Amino acid sequence: MCRDLTKQFGDFYAVNKISFEVAKGEIFGFLGANGAGKTTAMRILCGLSFPTGGTATVAGFDVCKQQEHIKKNIGYMSQKFSLYENLTILENIEFFGGVYGVSRREIKERSNKLVKTLGLESEAKKLVGALPLGWKQKLAFSVAIFHQPQIVFLDEPTGGVDPVTRRQFWDMIYEAAAAGITIFVTTHYMDEAEYCDRISVMVDGKVEALDSPANLKKAFNADSMDEVFYQLARGATRSGD
Amino acid sequence: MNAVTLHKITKTYGEGKVQAVDEVSFEVKKGELFGLIGPDGAGKTSIFRILTTVLLADSGTATVAGYDVVKDYRAIRNRVGYMPGKFSLYQDLTIQENLEFFATIFGTTIEENYDLIKDIYDQIKPFSGRRAGKLSGGMKQKLALCCALIHKPEVLLLDEPTTGVDVVSRKEFWAMLKALKEKGITILVSTPYMDEANLCDRVALIQNGKIMSVDTPEQIISAFPVKLFAAKSDNIYKLLTDFRADAHVDSCYAFGEFLHVTLKANPEVGVDKLQEIAAAKGHANITVKQIRPGIEDSFIRLMNDSVHAWDVVQ
Repeated sequence: MCRDLTKQFGDFYAVNKISFEVAKGEIFGFLGANGAGKTTAMRILCGLSFPTGGTATVAGFDVCKQQEHIKKNIGYMSQKFSLYENLTILENIEFFGGVYGVSRREIKERSNKLVKTLGLESEAKKLVGALPLGWKQKLAFSVAIFHQPQIVFLDEPTGGVDPVTRRQFWDMIYEAAAAGITIFVTTHYMDEAEYCDRISVMVDGKVEALDSPANLKKAFNADSMDEVFYQLARGATRSGD
Repeated sequence: MNAVTLHKITKTYGEGKVQAVDEVSFEVKKGELFGLIGPDGAGKTSIFRILTTVLLADSGTATVAGYDVVKDYRAIRNRVGYMPGKFSLYQDLTIQENLEFFATIFGTTIEENYDLIKDIYDQIKPFSGRRAGKLSGGMKQKLALCCALIHKPEVLLLDEPTTGVDVVSRKEFWAMLKALKEKGITILVSTPYMDEANLCDRVALIQNGKIMSVDTPEQIISAFPVKLFAAKSDNIYKLLTDFRADAHVDSCYAFGEFLHVTLKANPEVGVDKLQEIAAAKGHANITVKQIRPGIEDSFIRLMNDSVHAWDVVQ
């Protein structure tokens, strides 16, 4: 939940009074052009950065006062950083499980189950660096939700992944959402935007559109989300990362 | 004449343990806009590094602008423009300084070939005093393209120029490529975005170091061997699992708001059959129609016909 959330750097409004609510178990697509302010907003919601104005709560905790509580109750994964390449699959699970305070006994039980579900039994003791990208991403997602967080933030989780693995990844997202985990996801693939329950599109620090993919397409008289996004982001005056 | 040729190029890493490029052969004709389409780890960057003469292949031969990548590497370096996947300009130099640096290296000046970069450079000119490290993604991309063009190369090699870039900037970038092609420059460009294949004259689809198909996007699509159906209902995820569990369904994948489905037999009654399966599972608001496949459908089909990614690594 966000109300008028703002982050100002000098006289530059990276995030300008954004407001939205995400329901439990919802798949929420957080879209925007490069430089629209997505990353800044995500950092605040993950408890890594303070807003300069407005309020927001994540998993019921305040982003200004309860950052540490937020960190314990969320999962995070991005394309750029997800797992330690020079640790084995099991070591990564153990490490991240430990960081999030999952008990040793539980880590052991659940990691064996997880490795089996992913079909990685014979690779469990291999270094993550040796895995193909698609498998790394699937494993990274499983690790991000290993401590059963209330919400998981996914920052371009499928970038560069082959089309089949990309879809398998979304199967996992659906499964997690069905289990009650809220999904907050960014992507540059507009077909993936269609898989979300609702989408927000940020332009120049503001949320310019927020609705279900079907309603957005209707409102913009467009056949695809690609077109909706293009119509919205074309007017952007700033660009950047 | 061919601007780029590869003949059975093979490259392995880690003393032969990792097969990055596996007997890859294809040609890029002079003046063509050619796309190398495939996911990360398919071998695209290794191919670019071999063609730019910064990496030696284990075996096979390749030429760029008529020169051999091993024997005539110096000649090639003067004739190609290269934009690596990772931003590789000098972050501490300004836009203007970077451009001057690359012009000087190639023994030319910004003025000499200004007409070639004018349209692109004009967009970043207002910021010409800004350091490259402080530029936005879209501006970095434009500067890198200017630097790759400053010596008027015959062949432009672009390694994933649009990865991680938003839809608007991607459209702009492809418009720039089209304009460059019209000026007679041959372009070999790689991308993981399947939809960008349609913007190329011809494409090679690559996966696990192997070329799966080389043709025009049109031809690749018409080579799709079976009828393809699009379906949706109120509960799309349940529909996906229901279809996959059905014995008549050969493949079923999510594509935006629809599922794309192929059947094992009797495709002529496919629409009715899929309606029937969905209705039997209690779905509401069912839509089923036959559709024309896209490049991504073809890619998935070809991928499933070849070995699974994991088997190759073993």
